[in-house]
Amino acid sequence: MRLAPLFLSLSLAAPLAAEEIWVTNEKDDTISVIDVATLEVTRTISTGERPRGITFSRDFSRVYICASDSDTVQVMDPETGQILFDLPSGEDPEQFVLHPDDRHLWIANEDDAVTTVVDTQSRTVVAQIDVGIEPEGMAVSPDGRIVITTSETTNMAHWIDTETHELFANTLVDARPRHAEFLHDGAELWVSSEIGGTVTVFDVATQTEKAKIGFDIRGVHPDRVQPVGFEVTADEKTAFVALGPSNHVAVVDTATYEVKEYILVGRRVWHMAFNSDKSLLFTTNGVSGDVTVIDVARRAPVKTIKVGRFPWGAALRP
Amino acid sequence: MKQLARCAAGLVFGLMSGAAQAEVTLSVGYLKQEVEAPAVLSNLDPAPETQGVDGAQLGLADNQSSGRFLGHAYALEVAEITPGGDLLAAARDMLAASPFLLLDAPAEDLLRVVDLPEAAGAMIFNVSAPDTRLRDADCRANLFHTLPSDAMRADALMQVLLRKRFARLALVAGEHAVDRAFADALRRSAQKFGLKLVGEREWRFDADMRRNASQEVPLFTQDLPEHDVLLVADETGDFGRYIAYNTWLPRPVAGSEGLVPVAWSRVVEQWGAAQLQSRFQKLTRRDMRDRDYAAWAAMRVLGEAVTRTNSADPATLRAYILSDAFELAGFKGRPMSFRTWNGQLRQPIPLVTDRAVVMQAPVEGFLHQRNELDTLGLDAPESRCTAFQE
Repeated sequence: MRLAPLFLSLSLAAPLAAEEIWVTNEKDDTISVIDVATLEVTRTISTGERPRGITFSRDFSRVYICASDSDTVQVMDPETGQILFDLPSGEDPEQFVLHPDDRHLWIANEDDAVTTVVDTQSRTVVAQIDVGIEPEGMAVSPDGRIVITTSETTNMAHWIDTETHELFANTLVDARPRHAEFLHDGAELWVSSEIGGTVTVFDVATQTEKAKIGFDIRGVHPDRVQPVGFEVTADEKTAFVALGPSNHVAVVDTATYEVKEYILVGRRVWHMAFNSDKSLLFTTNGVSGDVTVIDVARRAPVKTIKVGRFPWGAALRP
Repeated sequence: MKQLARCAAGLVFGLMSGAAQAEVTLSVGYLKQEVEAPAVLSNLDPAPETQGVDGAQLGLADNQSSGRFLGHAYALEVAEITPGGDLLAAARDMLAASPFLLLDAPAEDLLRVVDLPEAAGAMIFNVSAPDTRLRDADCRANLFHTLPSDAMRADALMQVLLRKRFARLALVAGEHAVDRAFADALRRSAQKFGLKLVGEREWRFDADMRRNASQEVPLFTQDLPEHDVLLVADETGDFGRYIAYNTWLPRPVAGSEGLVPVAWSRVVEQWGAAQLQSRFQKLTRRDMRDRDYAAWAAMRVLGEAVTRTNSADPATLRAYILSDAFELAGFKGRPMSFRTWNGQLRQPIPLVTDRAVVMQAPVEGFLHQRNELDTLGLDAPESRCTAFQE
């Protein structure tokens, strides 16, 4: 315990070097900044209304925040916490991805059934693409050619050609898809379905279903096992899947699609972010208003950190 | 931004109107028997005339937006019959056009429609009648229920009261048939969960309670035995609003007033419900109510079944929604599905006040060997429905 003040003073002395996890608090209109070295909240920054999706520019000089109820994407200077400007985002932006070109944000407009493409340099809307109802999950392939939007009520992954802004495939998944990620250099697409309780794995080349991952936690009713966010380790051999109100994170072998174990975390676990060497995983726990820190090697929770009300998104600032 | 949104909406519409070449088309009828609403003491909250229909319209829009990616088209035809009008003729017309029908009518009328020879093999959804008997001895194989029964609502309330250790209950019930039916459900449910109903009064006042509730209600409730909660069965919204804070003993009020078990309410906002609420608000400029939710759910049940089976054949859809594969995401935190013994959509029941969700049933700790949602309403061994056993 004597170490903690020491770390704290270090981080105060050299704030630029400190690695941080930024967590959006949906019902506090704030971001809690967690110092990865001390595992303490070092500051709380005000945002627009109902902040959810959060991501940094490639050089980490800017942070983009979906301020859903302000109907805007805010662009913040992470050094000062000042809002530099707002981007036109379409109504109710919930989640987004930054294209590998570091310039275009692809935004899911949850209330409007569209995906909006915004040029962050010219600050203009480049395109709006009609998708299913309540778009939420967003992913971009590593080569930047495909963007995925999942729609919660239409229960589909929509495959968008980033050149033409046209949908080239629409694939059904189980009920209420929430999150999507490309794995293995873009060969696979994973989509979680909250109410369906599954993760569907697609072969990207053919857009066909390749596997479906189910979950079964002893002592927890299957209805409460609701997959949402997920993250993969540096070697891509292991995926961690947040399972919502079951209060567990599943550890999945990405080669066999088998669930290896379940880690108990806070209540209604939602999204996650790794630190830079991916030795620690930070989960946002919406209902308990905290963040669980998981030791990735030991697959064990090591600390719970109190943040704001209804923490939603998480992003690393190295 | 407003500009953009409108332009996008135009585009969606454009795409939908191009659905004529759709591979599968599902058209649904909405048949409403209008009823004369009994007079109530206060006119503060008139019931919206488009209740139910609005929910079906939203369900239609939701189905259409999903269907356009799959070559599935949806249509909705609405018919409203004035009191005394020829409901059965309208029902025959609608069933001739499509075997898929949402029925918004009292239980007696509803049974007359589902028993028509033209209704054999149809899929009819009850979106308005809470009568438990329709899920019991009076069930029909062509009749599904997306509205929760009185029994489901009563059980939800009792779970919460038991959880709170409010073990002694008193009841004030109105004289209307709907009040008596809900009061019956409350009595049965109290017994089912081991709560004690210590006293009852029937509301028979014809005075205007806006003037003298503060004098009348204390006297009216004075001789009730000691209780923890006062239950109110006032399903027409007549006198219940004048009970709270006027009782002889300072006790919480629950049932039709105070803490109310509902299918839906504007205060439900978790589990993505905020999005459904705002879509409904945008469409209707009012709050979504129970009947709207039941009609929306019925449309979505059909939409989900078409999506997954790629068919508009009633027998195929019926088999699918009664199978283990079917589940509906209904914005109440758990997948919803149909009870195969009586065609009731199993669903969580929020317990709400005007301002917030207090709890949602099934309450944690009420267990069931198959599905915790079956702790609410008629479970397989309780239901006398045999129509689904073919």
